Amino acid sequence: MTNPMTPGIAADRLSNEALAQNFADLHVPLEPHEVRVAADRCYFCYDAPCVTACPTDIDIPLFIRQISTDRSEAAAKTILDMNILGGMCARVCPTEVLCEQACVREVSEGKPVEIGRLQRHATDRLMAKNIHPFDRAAATGKKVAVVGAGPAGLSCAHRLALKGIDVTIYDARSKAGGLNEYGIAAYKSTNDFAAKEVAWLLSIGGITIENNKTLGVDMTLDGLSSDFDAVFLSVGLGGVNALSMSSEDDTCMSDAVGFIETLRQTTDLASIPIGRNVVVIGGGMTAVDAAVQSKLLGAEQVTIAYRRGREAMSASRYEQDLAASHGVKLLFNVQPVTLETLEPSAALVLEYTATKDGRLTGTGETMRISADQVFSAIGQTLATDGGLALDGRKISVTGAGRTSRDRVWAGGDCASGGDDLTVTAVAEGRDAAMDIYATLMGGAN
Amino acid sequence: MADLTTDFLGIKSPNPFWLASAPPTDKEYNVRRAFEAGWGGVVWKTLGAEGPPVVNVNGPRYGVIHGPDRRVLGLNNIELITDRPLDVNLEEITRVKKDYPNHAVIVSIMVPCEEQAWKDILPKVEATGADGIELNFGCPHGMSERGMGAAVGQVPEYIEMVTGWCKKYYSKPVIVKLTPNITDVRLPAAAAKRGGADAVSLINTINSIVSVDLDSMSPEPSINGKGTHGGYCGPAVKPIAMSMVSEIARAPATAGFPISGIGGVTTWRDAAEYIALGCGNVQVCTAAMTYGFKVVQEMITGLSQWMDEKGHKSIQDFMGAAIPNTTDWQYLDLNYVAKAVINQDDCISCGRCFAACEDTSHQAIVMSEDRKFSVLDAECVACNLCVEVCPVENCITMVQQPAGTVDPRTGQTISDGYANWTTHPNNPDSVAAE
Repeated sequence: MTNPMTPGIAADRLSNEALAQNFADLHVPLEPHEVRVAADRCYFCYDAPCVTACPTDIDIPLFIRQISTDRSEAAAKTILDMNILGGMCARVCPTEVLCEQACVREVSEGKPVEIGRLQRHATDRLMAKNIHPFDRAAATGKKVAVVGAGPAGLSCAHRLALKGIDVTIYDARSKAGGLNEYGIAAYKSTNDFAAKEVAWLLSIGGITIENNKTLGVDMTLDGLSSDFDAVFLSVGLGGVNALSMSSEDDTCMSDAVGFIETLRQTTDLASIPIGRNVVVIGGGMTAVDAAVQSKLLGAEQVTIAYRRGREAMSASRYEQDLAASHGVKLLFNVQPVTLETLEPSAALVLEYTATKDGRLTGTGETMRISADQVFSAIGQTLATDGGLALDGRKISVTGAGRTSRDRVWAGGDCASGGDDLTVTAVAEGRDAAMDIYATLMGGAN
Repeated sequence: MADLTTDFLGIKSPNPFWLASAPPTDKEYNVRRAFEAGWGGVVWKTLGAEGPPVVNVNGPRYGVIHGPDRRVLGLNNIELITDRPLDVNLEEITRVKKDYPNHAVIVSIMVPCEEQAWKDILPKVEATGADGIELNFGCPHGMSERGMGAAVGQVPEYIEMVTGWCKKYYSKPVIVKLTPNITDVRLPAAAAKRGGADAVSLINTINSIVSVDLDSMSPEPSINGKGTHGGYCGPAVKPIAMSMVSEIARAPATAGFPISGIGGVTTWRDAAEYIALGCGNVQVCTAAMTYGFKVVQEMITGLSQWMDEKGHKSIQDFMGAAIPNTTDWQYLDLNYVAKAVINQDDCISCGRCFAACEDTSHQAIVMSEDRKFSVLDAECVACNLCVEVCPVENCITMVQQPAGTVDPRTGQTISDGYANWTTHPNNPDSVAAE
């Protein structure tokens, strides 16, 4: 067996026991008494700032009060009414910049109510009992195609099904869930939670999923538009941006998105090869997820190299600290130039950057760090636009996800506006569904 | 350093903190440890008549109202008087008093409402050397079904009669412990005084059902599926007890009559408040049952520090100091006008003041787009609800409006004179000022 000091890229750096411990739940569920104490801290604010801060407008004070009276299933219903993927959002939301940042106790004492963990408690309780607290309305006879079974698509499909509309979801992958299934650090979604949540969501009925169906390959937007009353596109960002740097050896270069996906899909973490010295290029959540998990797999040295300052990182301060606490080194204001193949370890040449006249440029001064493996995490791009008008590099939408084409809506990461967050995607899917419903039903609703 | 020693009815104790007659004082083992922990006195758990002792249930005796983090706010019990033989208790009392001559040892007694029963037990109690007796006329459960405890305490004539017997057959101080389960507590207090009692102590526990099990539909504590009311005590009852204490302290028939205050004393501050309302000492039970005997150390040091800060040399210095300020509603000054003021620096923008005022009070708080909350003086009646629901202490305060200014709510110029309801023009019974 290898170990963290083994040169190069190697599998089996840590024992299965150590890996199991490393990849356990990042936030351990609250114990029953902790739940009571945490719930009691909520002040039940009027027109609460946390609700305003939540992209899905969950009535947080109400659900916490329901928890405090030992009605966690009712609390879960309050959450799911607004956010059908409340279970996953409780795990992956950057609450530190959303609801918990707005919490008045964060303002007053720097210690917010643990909204995320309380939400997880409530949704876990409900899902453990396999309760699906929604019933479909009478059939409307309408049918809608949803392209992409990620958070936006699932949210849209559930709301449409709830309203009595039949939904077919087409997804390019073999499993539904989108980034929930493929794109989130393993320690944030343990025990196959994403798949279980999808199965639970589908139990409302009226939703059919067709896997391995890619827009532009297996079907066209024109075809969908003629076969269905409306189409909702939630295809996400299927492409990854490529690093512009020279490399003497491409074998140690890979994209972080693929690495994260491999980690999520494997049943044998020890089999995943990882470098002794890992460098992740980028400043977002993907960079942090890749870096932390590299460390957890047994990499000895892991560095995040970001071309701007800390304040510009899209990963929250909490995520930055999470990386640092796992021993990941954060390098700011550096950009990769080239990868030199040296023995025993390759070296990544980084150039310092500075902002001049509003433009980021290299200063010419360089540094070298050992790099057996380099992950690129510099953003993702739209892979399919279906011929719709774009706003920048995303599908242009107005209102509740209306695209340039009649009866075609879009939401989630592929659509313009909003942060690329699970919770934002859920909100966009839900709101588009309501708009689709209203449009299809005319004045009859 | 403040002197905490108390002289209550001639009974000396190193401090005013006595353990009330209850499970903590049921036996020698406990009482010795209590004295070592610092308690000034004990009222020994109630003795019954000679013969087979009472029996308790063999299931749960207590139920609790919990606050956040399972803080005990109110405690309910269905335990009876001591279930140990009379002679065992008497022997233990004798030994303890001999070993702790400077601590107060009071014996609580409850025997049937017959002169012979009291005539039988009192000489035996006197022989223990204990400093006095407390008549348990308050126990609201079990014993009251047998014509004792609260069944006596609810009939002033019985109180007077039994107290008289005690003074006849016992030479030391007699304290009558009152039940709160009565309409007007001044009547039993006056009856005790007429009967010759040296003091009253109050309150005993309040009739209570703390909870119902919604699965078994049994009140709790549940004994094999059935429950009964118990006696409620602890922090939750303190306001009720203090009001009753103040009524006795203020009533002409009982003004100046010594009172031992009981009901939810948990900290030094609770004790100071009871003493300020006229009590000569306090009795504690729930705090000890929740935290153990050591809790008295906080009470002793806290009271001592506060008395030093206020310049009080002894308990006497502030005993009853709040009584002159305790009055009837009709004498409250209607010319005193206050308005709520919100300290914007301390405000955390939770909006609880707004919700409370807007939904349930006087619509006197407005909320801006950016969640700033401010008071409309033209609507504010100074009800204090916003102050009390605000999670930040002292963020909202009631500020007295100066005389000579106009209250925008009433349009009236605020007078600096005192005026109350008795002379108010809206009062049909008002007496014109002469």
